[in-house]
Amino acid sequence: MATAFKMVEPLEYYRRFLKENCRPDGRELGEFRATTVNIGSITTADGSALVKLGNTTVVCGVKAELAAPAVDSANKGYIVPNVELPSLCSTKFRSGPPGEEAQAASQFIADVIENSQIIAKEDLCIANGKLAWVLYCDIICLDYDGNILDASAFALLAALKNVQLPSVTINEETGLSEVNLKQKNPLVIRKHPVATSFAIFDDTLLIVDPTAEEEDLASGTVTVVTDEEGRLCSVHKPGGSPLTGDKLQDCITRAITRHKEVKKLIDKVIKSIKPK
Amino acid sequence: MAGEKEKVVAAAGGCCLRPFSCEQGLLSRPDGSAAFLQGDTSVLAGLYGPAEVKGSKELPDRAVLEVLLRPKVGLPGVIERSREQLLRQTCEAVVLGVLHPRTAITLVLQVLSDAGSLLSCCINAACMGLLDAGLPLSSLFCGVTCALDPNGAIILDPTTRQEQEARAILTFAIDSPERKVLMTTTKGSCSVEEGPCFPP
Repeated sequence: MATAFKMVEPLEYYRRFLKENCRPDGRELGEFRATTVNIGSITTADGSALVKLGNTTVVCGVKAELAAPAVDSANKGYIVPNVELPSLCSTKFRSGPPGEEAQAASQFIADVIENSQIIAKEDLCIANGKLAWVLYCDIICLDYDGNILDASAFALLAALKNVQLPSVTINEETGLSEVNLKQKNPLVIRKHPVATSFAIFDDTLLIVDPTAEEEDLASGTVTVVTDEEGRLCSVHKPGGSPLTGDKLQDCITRAITRHKEVKKLIDKVIKSIKPK
Repeated sequence: MAGEKEKVVAAAGGCCLRPFSCEQGLLSRPDGSAAFLQGDTSVLAGLYGPAEVKGSKELPDRAVLEVLLRPKVGLPGVIERSREQLLRQTCEAVVLGVLHPRTAITLVLQVLSDAGSLLSCCINAACMGLLDAGLPLSSLFCGVTCALDPNGAIILDPTTRQEQEARAILTFAIDSPERKVLMTTTKGSCSVEEGPCFPP
């Protein structure tokens, strides 16, 4: 009976649950799905991480290459993020060139990197005007069950914390670069941005960490990115039903709390892989 | 009258919008069109629909909204795609699409010149275009960009130069009946206190 009801009136089905302050998967409105992170899962990448938010699975691999810096910013390297939503991860997506959602997610991740200054691009410069690192951050979704932005931002941060770059010196005589693969240094992570997403139901109700089903039924989403100092790196509300300033403030407060949890988790995982 | 205006400007902390203007119905082929100017930034909007749906995008319970953002030069890239999504979802919240099921509404925005606050100008042009086409709307909306300069002062409707110098740039779309936030996107970082210079 319940399955038939859900099939015919999915929104009404959800409302019955929300009225009782819970969701069909047993969570409360402000409860996140179980978050797991595995760091260094891809051995061939310079840094990698796999993040799971409930069923949503995202893997991020960072590949470092050497290139000449741009002429107008000679002391800076590059960070090139890309989010892929292949047809493998959900029936929503088709193979071929990236769709609107994948492109919007890529732009969001690029904005988060730029806004939060997660890495100072000057740190990626090896020789001023001659040589700099390019970090290709490929974020691939393996299983799409909503809240791709939170999972992607988390996977990116975890993968960047895992990056080990070989030391590079420029030979004075030949002018060629010499890569010392034996001596590896971690990247300096300046900020730890963490994204928290909310779905808006019936113009007023905010539910945290929406699943794909909830995202489809909701009338809008909000994503707030904060760093460890509680500064806002992004308040992203791409249209949808209007919210009052108070509700947005509420989202920000909850995002700051979530940041602490995620930071604790990532610190714990990094500690566990370096038993010293 | 002039004194009153000065008072308003002073109350806003010296914030002032650049002169803006709008012209509607200037194109003959689309069902609705509008040009919106904010200082030297200008965007032209053309709106087609409700019309027949092309391809397999048809929705049985409401109209499909499609937004195309054309840059001044070159082909649309990832930034345009991400802005198209912002604009589409903003318009979807306002257009009463349920009144025109199984149809498509296409909004084409052509950037004519960019001198700062481009996204808010696109939002305003989109709203005026929807209005000119006579589509059923639940409310109107407007876009506004504000920049925080290095001293923390708020500059409304910044120019390109002010945007480059700014520490943070926040763009909002606000609906008309209750002045709620329809859309927000930010660039740069700011503290929680100064960030939500969110509308009351």
